[in-house]
Amino acid sequence: MAPEPWNPEAARRTILSSSGAEGALLPILHALQRQFGCVPNAAVPLVAEALNLSRADVHGVVTFYHDFRRVPAGERVVKLCQAEACQARGGRASTAAAEARAGIKLGQTTADGRLTLEPVYCLGLCASGPAALVDGRPVGRLDPVKAGELVEGARP
Amino acid sequence: MSVRVFVPGDMAAVAVGADQVAAAIAAEARRLGREVEIVRNGSRGIFELEPLVEVETAAGRIGYGPVYAEDVAGLTASLFDGADHPKRVGRPEELPFLKRQTRLTFARCGIVDPGSLEDYRAHGGWKGLERALELGPEKIVDAVKASGLRGRGGAGFPTGIKWDTVRRAAGPRKYVVCNADEGDSGTFADRMIMEGDPFLLIEGMVIAGIAVGATRGYVYVRSEYPLAIAALERAIEACRHAGLLGQGVAGSAHAFDLEVREGAGAYVCGEETALLDSIEGKRGQVRAKPPLPAHAGLFGRPTLINNVLSLAAVPFILAEGADAYRDYGMGRSRGTMPIQLAGDIRNGGLFETAFGVTLGELVEDIGGGTLSGLAVRAVQVGGPLGAYFPPGLFDTPFDYEAFAARDGLIGHGGVVVFNETVDMAEQARFAMEFCAVESCGKCTPCRIGSVRGVETIDKIAAGLDRGPNLTLLTELCDTMKFGSLCALGGFTPYPVMSALTHFPEDFGAARAPVPAE
Repeated sequence: MAPEPWNPEAARRTILSSSGAEGALLPILHALQRQFGCVPNAAVPLVAEALNLSRADVHGVVTFYHDFRRVPAGERVVKLCQAEACQARGGRASTAAAEARAGIKLGQTTADGRLTLEPVYCLGLCASGPAALVDGRPVGRLDPVKAGELVEGARP
Repeated sequence: MSVRVFVPGDMAAVAVGADQVAAAIAAEARRLGREVEIVRNGSRGIFELEPLVEVETAAGRIGYGPVYAEDVAGLTASLFDGADHPKRVGRPEELPFLKRQTRLTFARCGIVDPGSLEDYRAHGGWKGLERALELGPEKIVDAVKASGLRGRGGAGFPTGIKWDTVRRAAGPRKYVVCNADEGDSGTFADRMIMEGDPFLLIEGMVIAGIAVGATRGYVYVRSEYPLAIAALERAIEACRHAGLLGQGVAGSAHAFDLEVREGAGAYVCGEETALLDSIEGKRGQVRAKPPLPAHAGLFGRPTLINNVLSLAAVPFILAEGADAYRDYGMGRSRGTMPIQLAGDIRNGGLFETAFGVTLGELVEDIGGGTLSGLAVRAVQVGGPLGAYFPPGLFDTPFDYEAFAARDGLIGHGGVVVFNETVDMAEQARFAMEFCAVESCGKCTPCRIGSVRGVETIDKIAAGLDRGPNLTLLTELCDTMKFGSLCALGGFTPYPVMSALTHFPEDFGAARAPVPAE
């Protein structure tokens, strides 16, 4: 599902619908990111106002967690596991193959905005690795060839 | 007559095509005019065989694996009748990998329909809760104490003592928090329980709530586990409808309700106080102790915080009695441990067994050695903060104290096997780098020490002032070990120092002798 373009009124409604819970900040940030594909800077004062927090508090939380993006990712996101169990099953070679095929490194997005490659540290698929999440869908038993194909498939 | 076919919905099965297999079987059944009920069960924990498809027959469940979507057309004629086929593995429980286990916590995982309350009850579910309601808080805590259960998250603190502390803490509102932020590489037991037997965790949490007098619970699940979050939310909703959560739990006077909270990709939130801050909506920073969470935890209230496996062990202890659990194990490590065999290993998966099995038995015998066929060089036990063991230490029994005596830890029970191609200096560097990326930043030894650790290992690898830099790295590890606020900075020295101690040749030892000190 493609994210909506940023819209402060829609964002306010989303914030309001989650702000009643105890410790509502993380659920709100997740909801905003699901809706808009990221938590843009413009969202920070809106969240701060709704939860009676300072902007600095909200900014601090958004930037602390690896999951929250400040700008939208590419159309497709391939997260490749970099943790030890996948390393032991040849994960470094699969990552290198994916990077070479995509022409970008982990943490980067292609210039045409089609693909983002990201590291992830463990998907709990440690006897089925090297593993990846492709747009949230788990993929296991990768090898350099399959990892390259994943990236290729991600660039229609 | 309708045939029941099981296609695991576990993430490890889905990652190798289980959803496509389920769809192909449904299409094939329609084409053949067969009435088929497809159950998305959890995983049996033999990942080599996933997707492991099972069919219910008069002779029990018959397994076929690994089954891919392209196999289905040629398989269905045999599958629906449990007939012979090259992929037929027979009754899963007869497979040596499963037959050798003692499954107390994982008794139902891979067998039941994780979406069905009726199935859970039919397989012995809620017996622990029934017993807990008869016993009352004090005697529940006594049973947990008597079972010898220790925290399965890694610290190994006696669970019953923690429960008693929260029970005795005064407060109008208390919480039960489940730590399901299973971030250690090489571990997946929490994920498997949440996806394959979510009602077990809920039952354990309800019992905990009754025992300590808490009315509200949270399960903090990492965002990398989307299927576990969905399975738990479905199970919680089913329990609310059945009166097992909410006001008057199971017809009793106790109130208890649960909510899932999704993490956001911070490893350090697996540390219990960072996790509490994260639920509160803050940066996941570690708190100094005291106060203990048991006295002032979530939102400053008395809070019981336990790992998934600790809470999931409780229904058995209540239903079957503390002695039945305590009779397994060795020394002060009582009961069973769901061990996770991972990395370059032939028989990877979930192996629940009594404490006392040796590392060598796990890797060579049960695990079948490496999948690649290369020689085993190192085994990391206990996640990114666990020590690397060489085959020379394979006689170490799986026991909290035995691992500690050899400068290691069992942690959450993850065992990651590396073959002879591994570069241990690279692994030591990775440990420091991981700590630097994931440090919450609150204490200096972890925040700065990990960055300096990477730099120092790079210098050693480049052959720059090797002797002085090795001394510096050792001292830095000491500072991190004793000066860090939590286990992230405190335990990162384990993989680093074990790599250096057991594999000095990877740190350029051949080029220059280690200085005598």
